[in-house]
Amino acid sequence: MKQLLILFLTFAKVGVMTFGGGYAMLPILQREIVENKGWATEEELADYFAIGQCTPGVIAVNTATFIGRKRYGVAGGIVATLGVVFPSLIIISLLAGVITQFSEIVWVKNAFAGIRVCVCVLIANAVWKLGKKSVIDKWTAGIFLVVAAAAIGTSWSPVVFVLFAGVCGIVLQVLLKKGGAAK
Amino acid sequence: MIYLRLFWEFFKTGLFAVGGGMATLPFLYDISDRTGWFTHAQLADMVAVSESTPGPIGVNMATYVGFLTGGVGGAAVATLGLITPSIIVILIVSAFLAKFRSSKYVNGAFYGLRPASTAMILAALVLVVKATFLPASGTAFDWRLPVLAAVLLALTNAVPQTKKLHPIVFILGSAVVGVALGLAQ
Repeated sequence: MKQLLILFLTFAKVGVMTFGGGYAMLPILQREIVENKGWATEEELADYFAIGQCTPGVIAVNTATFIGRKRYGVAGGIVATLGVVFPSLIIISLLAGVITQFSEIVWVKNAFAGIRVCVCVLIANAVWKLGKKSVIDKWTAGIFLVVAAAAIGTSWSPVVFVLFAGVCGIVLQVLLKKGGAAK
Repeated sequence: MIYLRLFWEFFKTGLFAVGGGMATLPFLYDISDRTGWFTHAQLADMVAVSESTPGPIGVNMATYVGFLTGGVGGAAVATLGLITPSIIVILIVSAFLAKFRSSKYVNGAFYGLRPASTAMILAALVLVVKATFLPASGTAFDWRLPVLAAVLLALTNAVPQTKKLHPIVFILGSAVVGVALGLAQ
């Protein structure tokens, strides 16, 4: 029980110290999990991270589940995951309430008009970075273009595109041996 | 029962969003369109808040949406919905780790999924750009917005001294510029 509590608190700490996406979490995991606690090796962490990226869900959550499970089985996986999302729950609930209340004040509106421009730039940068890694040949370029056109031009559920792209990937793998082993 | 619907919507998001926090964005737009629980403008604010507060972006966005829809209980339910598929999938994968990594079908599926995920985030970007730059009806186009965007693009990609800075720096900087120039008027 005490060990699960330590697991929870350790991952809550990782959650508090992660600003931004999964990549921001890697150096913090390296320090807390590999160096301080010795719960996983550098290589295991890299493996978990790679798989966390290409399995459904938030990378940080996936990595936490992996390490927790390795440490204390299924209960450990669940506890570590709850730990990593716990700070978000508290902080965002407090902030969302405050922001909703203050959203009509003029300077808050002005601030968010500026912030939205920045959000566009940050998302554009994310698309560029992901694109360089995922659009690697004519086939992936084709999937990218088809899905981009359909996602922009229709209101179909994203689930449709995920299933379409997954099937395309498997067919290409079987026919043309595309998609090597994960690195 | 709003909690059940929240859980189900975020369960689907957690199950189908591949490629990290931003990959949940197209699903959140889809939820917004179908349920009207929150607006596209609120979503853009959520991205900013989620990037500038502790915690993974995907989790923060789910918590935020949940809170707007159902208060603190909604925040908890949406977050649990998002992480439940992850827990299940990872527990299964970790039991078959070696097989999973070398499966040609798994690798093939992700070969196709990664460009699709990027394309869907691009589509979400188009919506955010429309909401940000197109003027509300009856107002003129504000040329200060694209200028700010160009400056930010340069600072985050081209200027060596600033491109490694954390996104929160640019978000706070943009907020200050917004207040100083009165960008919402």
